[in-house]
Amino acid sequence: MTAPAAPDLSPPDFSAGGRSPGRFRPGVLRRLMKRRLAVLGLAVIAVAVLGAAFAPWLTAFGPDEQMFDGLTLSGEPLPPNGTFWLGTDLLGRDLLTRILYGARTSLFIGIVANGTALVIGTLVGVTAGYFRGWIGGALMRFTDLMMAFPALLLAICLAAVFEPSLWIVALVIALVNWVQTARVMFTQTSSLVEREFIAAERTIGASGARILFRHILPHLVPTIIVWGTLGISTTVLLEATLSYLGIGVQPPTPSWGNIIFENQTYFQAAPWLVFFPGIAILALALAFNLVGDALRDILDPTQRGRE
Amino acid sequence: MIAYLGRRIVQSVLILLGISIITFALLYLLPADPVRQIAGRSATPATVESIRRQLGLDQPFLVQYGRYLWNLLQGDLGRSYIQRSEVSQLILARLPATLLLMVGAIVCELLIGLTMGLAAAVRRGSRTDNSLMVASFVGVSAPQFVVGLLLLYIFAVRLGWFPIGGYGTFRHLVLPSLTVGIMGAGWYARMMRSSMVDVLHQDYIRTARAKGLGRLKVLVRHALPNAILPIVAMVGIDIGILMGGIVVVESVFGWPGIGQLVWQAIQRVDIPIIMGVTLVSALAIVLGNLFADLVAPFIDPRIKLR
Repeated sequence: MTAPAAPDLSPPDFSAGGRSPGRFRPGVLRRLMKRRLAVLGLAVIAVAVLGAAFAPWLTAFGPDEQMFDGLTLSGEPLPPNGTFWLGTDLLGRDLLTRILYGARTSLFIGIVANGTALVIGTLVGVTAGYFRGWIGGALMRFTDLMMAFPALLLAICLAAVFEPSLWIVALVIALVNWVQTARVMFTQTSSLVEREFIAAERTIGASGARILFRHILPHLVPTIIVWGTLGISTTVLLEATLSYLGIGVQPPTPSWGNIIFENQTYFQAAPWLVFFPGIAILALALAFNLVGDALRDILDPTQRGRE
Repeated sequence: MIAYLGRRIVQSVLILLGISIITFALLYLLPADPVRQIAGRSATPATVESIRRQLGLDQPFLVQYGRYLWNLLQGDLGRSYIQRSEVSQLILARLPATLLLMVGAIVCELLIGLTMGLAAAVRRGSRTDNSLMVASFVGVSAPQFVVGLLLLYIFAVRLGWFPIGGYGTFRHLVLPSLTVGIMGAGWYARMMRSSMVDVLHQDYIRTARAKGLGRLKVLVRHALPNAILPIVAMVGIDIGILMGGIVVVESVFGWPGIGQLVWQAIQRVDIPIIMGVTLVSALAIVLGNLFADLVAPFIDPRIKLR
C-alpha cells in the first residue's frame, strides 16, 4: 500500500536519508528551550501539572463542595466574580476548583492511557517488524483491521461494556490509540532490520535479544518520545470527548469533559461553564502538540532544513 | 491492476468480517440487558424469557453471530429491538443527513486548510507562515464539542445569524460543517504547506521561473496542481476521523443523521442498530482507503500498485 503523500505530521522517517538518526542525545532539552512555541507548550504543561498537584492549596473550596452562596436566589449559577474567579456551576460549586481538580483527571488519563497505548503499539510494531513471518503478518493484518474501525464508536462500545472508572477510561483509550504507534514502529523496525549494521551484528554472532535491545530499540527511542508526546494530545481530546458524551469519567470526579457535559443544558445562559473548561482542554492538547512537533524537528535529522 | 483490485477487495471483506466479529462480541459482553430495555421494568420473568427466546438471545454466542452473519450476507441487518423497523431502513433514512454534513465538512476543511497551507508555503519562514502554522495546531487541538458549542453560542445565540439547531436549509448546515471541518483544516493546512514547499523546490519550478514566467503564473499553473492533488486524495483516508467528529457534532447540533441514531441506540442497548451503523461506517472507511490508494498512481505515476 502506497500512501499518496507524506503528511507533515507524519512520523520521522529515518530510512529516507543516508544519515543515521543516532541514539537519543542529551542536549535535547537545551535545544527545545530555544524554540519559543515549545517553551510556551512546556509552560502550559507546567501550569497544568502544578495546578493538579497543588489543587488543594490553590483554592479555598473543595471540588464537590456545593456552596451556600454559589447560586443566585433563583438558583442560577454565578458568573465569574471576586469570590468565585471563574464563576460557579449548576450545583453551586466553584468552577476554578473543579477545573484544577479536572487537570488531575486529564493528566492521569493522558499519561496512563497514552503510556499503555505506546507500550502496546511498540510491542506489536517491533514484533511484527522484527520477526516478520506469519506472526508479523497476522499482527499487521490485525492492525489494519483496527485502522478501519470507527475509533469513536469502538471507544463508546468499550466504555459501555466496562463500568467506567478512571482506570477503565484510560484502558479504553489505550485500546483505541495504540494502532498508529504500531504502524509507525513497524515501518521503522522493518527498515532498520534491513540495514547493514544489523546484518554485521548477525554475522559476528550477536543473539536476537542483543540485536533487539542493544541496536533496534535505541534507534526507536526518538520516535517513541515524539509519539509519546503527540499522543498525549490525542488522548486528552478523546477523554474529554468521551466524558462529554457521558460515558467517560463519571461525576462527581471532575473532568474537563464532564464539567461541560453536566452544564451544557444551561450553556446559553452561562457560557463560561463551557468556555473555561473548553479552553483548558484546548490549551493542554495544544501544548503537547507544540512540544511534540518541536521534538520531532530536533530529533529527526531528515526533517531539518525542510521547515 | 485487476489482480491488485481483486486482492484489495478480498482484504476489505476480511477486515469488515473482523470488525463485525469484534463489535458483535463486545455487544454480547455488554452488562446492560437489551431484553430488560424492551420489556420494561414491570415485565414478569416469564415475559422477559419469552422475549429473549423470540430474539434468539438465549442462544450461545457463536449461534447468534452465525445467524447475524447469515442474514448480513443476504443484505439483512436485522430489526431494531426498540423501534421494530428494519435497521437498513433506519440507516437509509438517516444517511442523507450524515452525507450532507460530511460533504459540508470536507468542503470546509479543504477550503480553509488548503488556503492556509498555500499562504504559509508561499511566505515560508515569515511571520504569516508562523502564525498560520500555530493556527493550524489550534485547529487540530480544539475539541469538537467545544468548538460546536462556542460557534453555536456566538453565531446562533448572540448574533442570530444561524439557527440554533436542526436540519433542512443551507443555513442549518453551516455551523455543523464548520465544526467538523476546523479540526481537518488544521491537518490539511500542514500537509498542504509541506507538499507545496516540496513542489516549490523541484527543478521544473526553477526551470519555469528561469524561462521568464511570472511568479504568480508558476505558482498557479505549475506548482499548485502538483501540490494539491495528493492532498485531495487524502480525503479518502480521512473518512474515519470525519465519522468520529460527526457523532459528536450531530449530538451538539441535534443533526438527524446516523450519529444520532447510533447514539440513541447505545443508550437503549439497541444492538442491531449499533452493529449496523458500525458496519456502515467501517465500510465507508474501507472504501475511502481503497479510493485513496487507487487514485495515487494517477496523481503520481511513480507510484505502482502492488
